[in-house]
Amino acid sequence: MAPINLKELAKSEERIASGHRLCTGCGPAIMLRQLMLAAKDYNLAIANATCCVEISTVVYPYSSWKVSWYHNAFENAAAIASGVESAYKALKRRGAIGDDFRFIAIGGDGGTYDIGFQALSGMAERGHRVLYICYDNNAYMNTGIQRSGATPLGAWTTTSHAGEAKSGKQQTRKDLTQIMVAHGMPYVAQSAVGYWRDFMTKVQKALETDGPSFINVLAPCWRGWRFDTSQTLELGKVAVETATWPLFEVVNGNYKMTHTPRERRPVTDYLKIQGRFSHIMKPGQEELLAAWQKDVDDRWERLQKLISISQ
Amino acid sequence: MVKEQVKGTVVGVTGDGAAADAMRQIDPDVVAAYPITPQTEIVERFAEYVADGKVNTELVAVESEHSALSACCGASAAGARVMTCTASQGLALMHEMLYIASGNRLPIIMPMVNRTISAPINIHGDHSDSMGSRDASWIQLYCRDAQEVYDTTIQAVRVAEDQRVMLPVMVCLDGFMVSHDMEWVEMLPDEEVKQFIGPMRPVINLLDKDNPISIGALALPPVFFEHKVSMIRALEGAKSVIKEVADEYGALTGRQYGLVEPYLMDDAEVAIVVMSSAAGTTRTVVDVLRDQGVKAGVLRIRSFRPFPKDEVVQALRGVRAVAVMDRASSPGAVAAPIFSEVASAMYGEEARPKLVNYVFGLGGRDLPMEQVASVYERLQNVVSTGEVGPVLTYLGLRDG
Repeated sequence: MAPINLKELAKSEERIASGHRLCTGCGPAIMLRQLMLAAKDYNLAIANATCCVEISTVVYPYSSWKVSWYHNAFENAAAIASGVESAYKALKRRGAIGDDFRFIAIGGDGGTYDIGFQALSGMAERGHRVLYICYDNNAYMNTGIQRSGATPLGAWTTTSHAGEAKSGKQQTRKDLTQIMVAHGMPYVAQSAVGYWRDFMTKVQKALETDGPSFINVLAPCWRGWRFDTSQTLELGKVAVETATWPLFEVVNGNYKMTHTPRERRPVTDYLKIQGRFSHIMKPGQEELLAAWQKDVDDRWERLQKLISISQ
Repeated sequence: MVKEQVKGTVVGVTGDGAAADAMRQIDPDVVAAYPITPQTEIVERFAEYVADGKVNTELVAVESEHSALSACCGASAAGARVMTCTASQGLALMHEMLYIASGNRLPIIMPMVNRTISAPINIHGDHSDSMGSRDASWIQLYCRDAQEVYDTTIQAVRVAEDQRVMLPVMVCLDGFMVSHDMEWVEMLPDEEVKQFIGPMRPVINLLDKDNPISIGALALPPVFFEHKVSMIRALEGAKSVIKEVADEYGALTGRQYGLVEPYLMDDAEVAIVVMSSAAGTTRTVVDVLRDQGVKAGVLRIRSFRPFPKDEVVQALRGVRAVAVMDRASSPGAVAAPIFSEVASAMYGEEARPKLVNYVFGLGGRDLPMEQVASVYERLQNVVSTGEVGPVLTYLGLRDG
């Protein structure tokens, strides 16, 4: 696989048209454009869970998609993609179609970590050759910033308020990437908006993998995280540099960092630039802050151990 | 061109087996299904056909019924001929996707083994499951016996995929009473079935690289209503397609089905309206009553969705008292689902019969002939006295 060339990309056809209704400074929109450019050489059929990307790109009678696209419901993008891929296999076997296709399912963290998790687990276990992209913006943003299994500790959302009795979300986030690794999938990776080459290279590797693949992309949402629309890429970068969101891939069970921050910055660098954490940056929240840092440290250490025992 | 009638092979098979064999002959591109009593035998047998190479189907052994119908939607949108099958709780778990499958106009075929809905948990047959899905814009065809299950499953492919219809079809059979009852079933040669259903000609196709499509768009108030009504009209229009396909199939096999199946209705003074296997018991009772000089008849409804209003009105016109028998309840409603349909259909008739409703057989309770006879007895009383009594009665309920 040739490395991605920016000059060439600039000349490539965009298969997600502009004019969609995603926000200015939307992290998932940036992810989406990079995804479609990374997959530019393939015939694609996309299964899209109900989410911001879905609702904003296809409003009857308009569509931003220049490839085949199917939205069915919130929790079943992985099952829809399983069906599309199975039809492809059957029709190819019968000689009814000749063209090669690749299959991508797209969901937010709500549709992937939570309500769509069973369908995703089933898809992975059955081994459908589908790339599942989770754009993780840390909450149910489409319905207006409600907590999800991906929402970090202490974060304010509209279902985990920062009040007198409770200080944001009371639980830490679910580590979905590791859960997908545990399915024995041949390709699992974590990437972030702000690292375009990292993400696009992973998309291409996943699409060349003969089996199910999963990429979890941190996609900052200024509406829900409370930051300025100009800072989306910066948020992704600080998430990586504080090791809140490490960039790595797992190929056939073998872990590898794809980008290691030169120096790990303290998590407060990440928290203090987001309004959703403003309440935990106030005096008296030291315990919660320490717990936040410890959670990141523990996860980072576990990851490094997994890398050290990989071939 | 009129085709000669074809001689089939007669085999002993259960209702589930008949559905599985029809599926083998249809040889769908994709089957995605999840096992549930009393549908399990269909999935098991079909999986055996896959393992033995008797079909060329991609079988997706999904992790739930929710994913079963989701995978079917994906596969159908990809231009494949697609089948699944379920029962009861499985259908309930599919509920959300039922509406999406029809709303996306995906011609999925689903043998649906009628079983009651929890709680209390019970694996036996009644119509609570599919009645709960009656507004999902699926075609619902209810079968009397294993032969009809076989015949209807094959016909359903033609009905669903007809470009005037493009809607999913449930082929309903009574749990255990039909699904597990061994009967003689005449099956067509494989080649005849293949010819009858013809090749899949997809209208919606995600795998046409030259014509990429977006399916499942957000439809806001200025367009949503029109989308829904075009689907509703297609369902209404499916009546003539069901009849056409049944006629063609009748010419091929000698087995004729319609939207309704009237039995001795021409001169009937008292009649029962019922669906599925209970129609067999009722016919037997009618035969006994006819011998005694009672002008009794049975109207079996085969197509509950779309509801054959004209056929029902025509069959019940002139009948003096009618009992509608429902194997499901509609708690809190005036009466049970079939009664409500029949009453609505008859309301505009000047000379409409007296109507009563019986809910029977919930959770698989048997319907003995004596109970059916008691219903006809009441209808005769209604005719002679003009007194109707309570509209809704629970038949065979142990009171107290």
